Amino acid sequence: MSEETVNPPVTTEKLNPRLESYKQFWRRFFKNKAAVTGGVLILLIILMAFIGPWILTTFTDYRPNATDLGNKLQGPSAAHWFGTDSYGRDIFTRVIFGTRLTLYVGFFSVFIGGVVGVIFGIVSGYYGGRVDTIIMRLMDVLLAFPGILLALAIVAVLGGSLTNVIIAVGIFSVPAFARVVRGSTLSVRKLEYIDAVRALGASDFRIIFKHILPNILSPIIVQASLRIATAILTGAGLAFLGLGAQPPAPEWGAMLNEGRQYMYEAGHVALFPGLMIVLVVLAFNIFGDGIRDALDPKMRN
Amino acid sequence: MEKQELLKVEGLKQYFPIKGGFLGRTVNHVKAVDDISFTVYEGETVSIVGESGCGKSTTGRAILRLEEPTEGKVEFRGVNLADISKRQMRNYRKDLQIIFQDPYASINPRQTVASVLTEAMEIQKVLPANKRRHRVEELLETVGLLPYQADRFPHEFSGGQRQRIGIARALSVNPQLIICDEAVSALDVSIQAQVLNLLEELQEEFKLTYLFISHDLGVVRHISDRIIVMYLGKIMEIGDKTSLFENPKHPYTKALLSAIPVPDPDKKKERIVLRGDVPSPIDPPSGCRFHTRCPYATAKCKVEVPVLRTASSMKEGHEAACHYIEEIESGEKQPNY
Repeated sequence: MSEETVNPPVTTEKLNPRLESYKQFWRRFFKNKAAVTGGVLILLIILMAFIGPWILTTFTDYRPNATDLGNKLQGPSAAHWFGTDSYGRDIFTRVIFGTRLTLYVGFFSVFIGGVVGVIFGIVSGYYGGRVDTIIMRLMDVLLAFPGILLALAIVAVLGGSLTNVIIAVGIFSVPAFARVVRGSTLSVRKLEYIDAVRALGASDFRIIFKHILPNILSPIIVQASLRIATAILTGAGLAFLGLGAQPPAPEWGAMLNEGRQYMYEAGHVALFPGLMIVLVVLAFNIFGDGIRDALDPKMRN
Repeated sequence: MEKQELLKVEGLKQYFPIKGGFLGRTVNHVKAVDDISFTVYEGETVSIVGESGCGKSTTGRAILRLEEPTEGKVEFRGVNLADISKRQMRNYRKDLQIIFQDPYASINPRQTVASVLTEAMEIQKVLPANKRRHRVEELLETVGLLPYQADRFPHEFSGGQRQRIGIARALSVNPQLIICDEAVSALDVSIQAQVLNLLEELQEEFKLTYLFISHDLGVVRHISDRIIVMYLGKIMEIGDKTSLFENPKHPYTKALLSAIPVPDPDKKKERIVLRGDVPSPIDPPSGCRFHTRCPYATAKCKVEVPVLRTASSMKEGHEAACHYIEEIESGEKQPNY
């Protein structure tokens, strides 16, 4: 048995396989028009959140909390694109300033829920047995509550503020992550390469973080991108109920609530924040679906 | 030269609980391995053969404590591995390594070959960090791959090449005993031969001992010094290769051997076809495990568990677990189909 027979001299073109799989991911992603639209929208929204307030404060006199009672409940016009609310505040300015709060709630709560959920899921799936039973039954308890109700209960206990909303939405995202991660962990754990590193004497910590986690990243990313939409919606819902960001913060849910009283005389007060919520949630949803299809075509149902 | 005991398995049992019912109580056990004992001497190749589900892979995994054995002793150089703590076990892991069946599942798809091998050395603290890269290239050459392939990912290799990577990983920590769990079963026949030859070369070069788990009698015949035949979690027959292949004593071994194809169309061959399926290991037959399918079975077989013994017509070290070795041999007992 000579080495030549085993290793036919191949042209040693150096291709980075990771780069290759990224390329493949992007190719599949760009084929999905809806997902690309979602992605572009998300980029625009993020851009808006970061430079919108800066442009408004440096180049114009519009301020989110500047009241002008003489001009209250005005319809859309050249001076006030989205009109004004019951205190005469410019709704367009408030919507722009509110983007940051919305994204803040979405990203941070999913981050908290993701980290905790991934840890629970991986521990549960890897160790199995009693640990698994205890963690997953706990998750079942959390899942048994309708999402908004659970968040509501948590905020009611902690008190209404933006931080508490993030914590509440984070907690209610935990079981979704834990379930997805547990399932993926179970399938990866049974693979022979995990046994191989165990036979080499690797610690559980090494196996979990170096060998299991990198191989279950795709479902985690998909779950996170879909979860952000839910988190934003719940955050806005809590604010609408008066439990989230407190006035005069330009939170979209809170603005929606303020506009509720003038629904008949001045519908635009509730309309624009509502449209923005729809837009952002829709963008994250179709983007998440697109990522799911591109990362893992088998997961499509 | 006196043969040195390397691995001694005594009364090894591996029961897997079956959970059921409302509170997940243990309802029953799958008796995958039920009280087996054998010894592996330094430098030899011992094979375990048997049909699927007979507990051969489980035995290998229990020795390495990939699954904690239910009962029994696994002595490696006099130390009972089943008894020591997980932490102590970690130190022994570099002496016992395993090569897996599926070359596609046995390497992390996100690691390059170099990082697979370096990680193995890192875990067991073999060599200082700056010398590991050199060792990786050396190992690749040892298993018949080329050093420049070190930075490639598993999917850039063929099945046979991956199996070589698996072998290199096992070798990287300088083990004494390697358990080959169906190591060549997933490969093409031509690649099988290459890998088997490689294993033999490595055995000579590094004074390795193999515990070779396989269902392929041809492969087993090629590579083994001694053979263990298992059926439903029990050892049916143990012997050196020649006596077992030329002079099988247990009816099950005979049936197994008669299934090997002979590459001669004119040669008439008596084929012993067993009836029925392997019974469930959840509720294995009483007495001799094989009595439900054995053509010689009697009432005694249903009650009494036969022990491994050497009959007068057998060479030393050759043992079979059957009540009727002598009777079958003399023709006194005829099979009743």
